Amino acid sequence: MVISLNELRSGERGTIQQINGGKFLIDRLNALGIRPGKEIYKISSMFTSGPVTVQIDRTQVAIGLGMAKKIIITTDRNMA
Amino acid sequence: MKILLMGNPNVGKSVIFSRLTGVRVISSNYPGTTVSYTRGFMKIEGRDAEIIDVPGTYTLEPTSEAEEIAREMLESGDIIINVVDATNLERNLYLTLQLLERDIPVVVACNLWDDTSHCGIDINLEKLSELLGVPVIPTSGLTGQGIKELVVNLFRATSPSRTPMNRDERWAQVGNIIHQVQRIEHKHHRWYERLEDASVKPIKGGIIAVIVLAVSFMLIRFIGEHLISGVFDPFFDKLWLPVLEKISAVMGSGGLLHDIFIGKLIGGKIHFVESFGLLSSGLYIPFGMVLPYIISFYLVLSIMEDTGYLPRLAVLLDTSMHRLGLHGFAIIPTMLGFGCNVPAIMATRILESKRERFIAATLVSIAIPCASAQAMIFGLVGREGIQYVAIVYGTLFVVWVVLGLILNRIMKGRSPELLIEIPPYRFPVWNMVFYKLWQRGRGFLNEALPVILIAVLVINILFFLGVFDYIARFTAPVVTGVLGLPEESVTAIVVGFLRKDAALGMLALSSLTAKQYVVGSVVLTMFFPCMAAFVVLYRELGLKDLLKSMAIMITAALTVGGILNLIL
Repeated sequence: MVISLNELRSGERGTIQQINGGKFLIDRLNALGIRPGKEIYKISSMFTSGPVTVQIDRTQVAIGLGMAKKIIITTDRNMA
Repeated sequence: MKILLMGNPNVGKSVIFSRLTGVRVISSNYPGTTVSYTRGFMKIEGRDAEIIDVPGTYTLEPTSEAEEIAREMLESGDIIINVVDATNLERNLYLTLQLLERDIPVVVACNLWDDTSHCGIDINLEKLSELLGVPVIPTSGLTGQGIKELVVNLFRATSPSRTPMNRDERWAQVGNIIHQVQRIEHKHHRWYERLEDASVKPIKGGIIAVIVLAVSFMLIRFIGEHLISGVFDPFFDKLWLPVLEKISAVMGSGGLLHDIFIGKLIGGKIHFVESFGLLSSGLYIPFGMVLPYIISFYLVLSIMEDTGYLPRLAVLLDTSMHRLGLHGFAIIPTMLGFGCNVPAIMATRILESKRERFIAATLVSIAIPCASAQAMIFGLVGREGIQYVAIVYGTLFVVWVVLGLILNRIMKGRSPELLIEIPPYRFPVWNMVFYKLWQRGRGFLNEALPVILIAVLVINILFFLGVFDYIARFTAPVVTGVLGLPEESVTAIVVGFLRKDAALGMLALSSLTAKQYVVGSVVLTMFFPCMAAFVVLYRELGLKDLLKSMAIMITAALTVGGILNLIL
């Protein structure tokens, strides 16, 4: 199924499908290794509006919630 | 010849720089330690070469100020040493490809090479070198492995001048290269990797943060107090005091020269704080009171910096910091501010927007007491009882929060979102920690000692000439009326423009009540940064924002001082 990064659960993996953002955002995220086709692992998120922490390859990145919402992920999680 | 060290943030450029030039620079385990560039020199085969440690950059498309600087510097270089993190090769190669598109010779240093084997990473360096078309040298900044080879290969640096590509083509190329040179063997999570994950989870991470901060605070107190009672006080009491007493007797126990060098005798005796002579307070304040805390604070901070904990604290605090108009990363300048506001204000450069830098720098200057101020607060206010110290810190914390809330409200724009790389945990390298400590301790003495001595000298002369009586009468309505301090405390406030430690020391000259000590220390901390911090603030903010910041400081200091005077 296709969800945004903030909807991915902690401890779950997915593959980045696309980033819905301008060139500037895409440049910044790409530079940290966050780009379509990469496998992404979500380590944690905060309770309310805090950042999510993810791992791509061996890089860990903390991403603000607003940006996380723009990162679209496919997971093999069922619609259950 | 100009050689540029370029690479992603936190890949160890500064350590390699130190290895090459012998110029030791401060490095830490979080991205963005090098906010301005550092230069050093070395001889290569008899030729003088200038080496420049360029701030870390992920890409040549400028997405932050540090990257802007890096891009500009690129124009002036003759050879580039591109430092890449061997444990993160894929992400690092993007910048490498961009550099290879430029018309400038490049040699690649594959750093943190010693980490690859236990990470289960295998890189075929020959193949990588062949694909990139430039020499690739495995290095380890920490052990010094590969540094000689790197120097030898500088003259083999080549510029393949690859055809410029767009972003997607470049990433495709990176993927292609990685596929050919890198094998990763999956390894199980180690205990410190579990700890890494736990530190950014809301509950476990919160508990860890409380423990880390509490232990740090206790360590700072413990080491600081023991240095004072075990080393510095015995030195001053047993060795220095007898010398001063002899000098005092020779000088006839009074007179202008005696007052300048030894100070006023308090009850017939020399008092290290209250006498206020060059050889008594002028030396005791920097060495006996502040230096012990500089040592203990920076020891603990250096350990925290090098383990890589601070960025995780930034993640945990991000939500709360947003309410103050900042994001979590602003916790790093804030923590540095507890040591000295100067590097703290400089470190606000790691924040993206001008608005955020203004808020962070203003909050640090107003509400974060530096180690000098804190040592004096503990030394003087602590004599009246630890609860008064708590009131000072509590007040400053409330000011920090309330002022942040207000600034966030009234300033246009919003604070940008957090986006930072979280470095892996590393064990601190002890000689690095002690080197940083040595640098910072020496930096403190170089900056503080002359200023304190000159301040003591000038103040004694002004006292003698009666200048302060005039100022005191003039400022009495504010100092006495609003703040409830004795008239002569204005001298401390004047000295506060120069240095906080000497200023707080001067509060002790008029016999204050506990409440007056609290008001005095809060006002001295808040109302004006010391001279050095003021200069940096001007450099970072520009004149207009500096004036704004100053207006906020003075208003806040008088308001808070007035309120404390009323309610205590």
